[in-house]
Amino acid sequence: MSAGLHELSAKQALAGLRAGKFSSVELTRAYLERIEQHNPRLNAYLHVAAESALQAAAAADKQYAKAKRSKSAKLPALLGLPIAVKDVLAVAGMPATCGSRILENFVPSYTATSVQRLLDAGVVILGKTNTDEFAMGSSTENSAYGVTHNPWDETRVPGGSSGGSAAAVAARLAPVALGTDTGGSVRQPAAFCGLSGLKTTYGRVSRYGLVAFGSSLDTVGVLARDAADAGLILKVMGGYDPRDATTVEKTPKLEKPSGKSLKGLRIGVPKEYFIDGLSAEVENGVREAIRQLEALGAKAVPVSLPHTEYALPVYYIIAPAEASANLARFDGVRYGLRVAQDDLIEMFKRSRGAGFGPEVKRRIMIGSYALSAGYYDAYYGQAQKVRALIRRDFDNVFKKVDIIAAPSTPSTAFRIGAHGNDPLEMYLEDVFTLPANLAGVPGLCVCAGFDGQSLPIGLQMLGPHFADERLLAVAAAYQKVTDWHKQAPAL
Amino acid sequence: MRLTKEDVEHIALLARLHLSEEEKERFGEQLSNILEHVGKLQELDTKDVPAMASIVVERSRLRPDEPAAAMPRADLLANAPDASDEQFKVPPVLDGGP
Repeated sequence: MSAGLHELSAKQALAGLRAGKFSSVELTRAYLERIEQHNPRLNAYLHVAAESALQAAAAADKQYAKAKRSKSAKLPALLGLPIAVKDVLAVAGMPATCGSRILENFVPSYTATSVQRLLDAGVVILGKTNTDEFAMGSSTENSAYGVTHNPWDETRVPGGSSGGSAAAVAARLAPVALGTDTGGSVRQPAAFCGLSGLKTTYGRVSRYGLVAFGSSLDTVGVLARDAADAGLILKVMGGYDPRDATTVEKTPKLEKPSGKSLKGLRIGVPKEYFIDGLSAEVENGVREAIRQLEALGAKAVPVSLPHTEYALPVYYIIAPAEASANLARFDGVRYGLRVAQDDLIEMFKRSRGAGFGPEVKRRIMIGSYALSAGYYDAYYGQAQKVRALIRRDFDNVFKKVDIIAAPSTPSTAFRIGAHGNDPLEMYLEDVFTLPANLAGVPGLCVCAGFDGQSLPIGLQMLGPHFADERLLAVAAAYQKVTDWHKQAPAL
Repeated sequence: MRLTKEDVEHIALLARLHLSEEEKERFGEQLSNILEHVGKLQELDTKDVPAMASIVVERSRLRPDEPAAAMPRADLLANAPDASDEQFKVPPVLDGGP
């Protein structure tokens, strides 16, 4: 019976578990077998928790059996569903390397709120997935533990930083996975791997237990095969958490389309996202997807987000500034790598110098410079002001439209090593995803077709704050009439 | 603006990062390019724009200040590179220390 179980979406798998068609142990074992077979090549997982996963699955099966005997229908929402977790989120008893040498031997003693809520709902954690070091990157090439390969073409990157989670879901090594998005780290790998990737509204999901990178930008998100699966996970893991003061106590409920029709939905198409440097194939794919949304009843109108071109420079001041402060905690005292020295300052310097990789060092340096005496106003101060302008652009546009539709990335997945020597070139890969983080709005990437080399093309939808469910509903309607999201790479 | 080697060494000290000579040279070059790019922000007149202090939409509230159990000390010390007597150990920070 276990043949083919990996082909089921999370929603289908849960339906099968509830109907007793197969057990969680069978489902979990099917994924563990695929991981064993394909992970050595893909390097999507850094840590596979086979033993604890099978234990959790067996416990879930017991609960199903008990419920059947007592004829009680009350079961946790995600009971027995396997998931993968990005290695920047803490799971008690499992390593949390963040893709860094500095945390090579770190095992947190507590669990992130987002993950804990999923565990309380019955999920089975398959393991921890690869990431650019401290989530800084767009390809997973910055991981200290080797690059993850894109299952659609193993000579290419899966995107990043949640590239391990994206590759795992695309290759059917997990039904669904958690990622994090600080500047596009869920949406860009979703685009490169043909997935539905949700970046949640800032304040929607607790970051307690997420190793902090840019605290005013960091969000927890989902990489899934379709919008329905992403919605299942969001519903469980979102909401107020007293341990993260940025989470809102009551999630505002926004209007959303119901069912197949998008009648009355206004879609803004921002001209600043269709620029030189956008590949023709991606543009065609995105425009065709917008036409399909119109065919479902939506109305597309041109809009303008005039400060879009400043998002990249703003981001590369604010994110490194926050990172330089957040990563000050890695000093070789309480956890992580220590290079022993007689002098304390020298110990800090040597430990950090040996533990951090080049991209993390670069960003810490940029951030320290931007925050240093004499430069603060010119860099950080000005960036915060321009950030307010970017936020205002979105507020203005969302007075006129319900969602925005745009490309996720300038191109489809690039080759491993393509941007090896120039950090700025790599930063430009995120040019379409950074603005949402600066404004705190939700974003959803869905697969909108394939280019001439059979690489996935991503459509990005953005909404006003707390429109996460609206984006998911639009995507669900789109996925009812298209089958791009059902394609799987041949491994 | 191009960063000098002295600039790079100053920033590295602020950031408590030991850099090799090769890294100093490479980062000096790369950071200068990045700073040149972000310098684009200077072209915008933001005299009348208030700096964004928070992106939280709703006003966040403080939770009640109620004592709760702390994490077990032994669990936290288990990740320390050096610990003894329930404390983190570091090199001496005072002259004439042990």
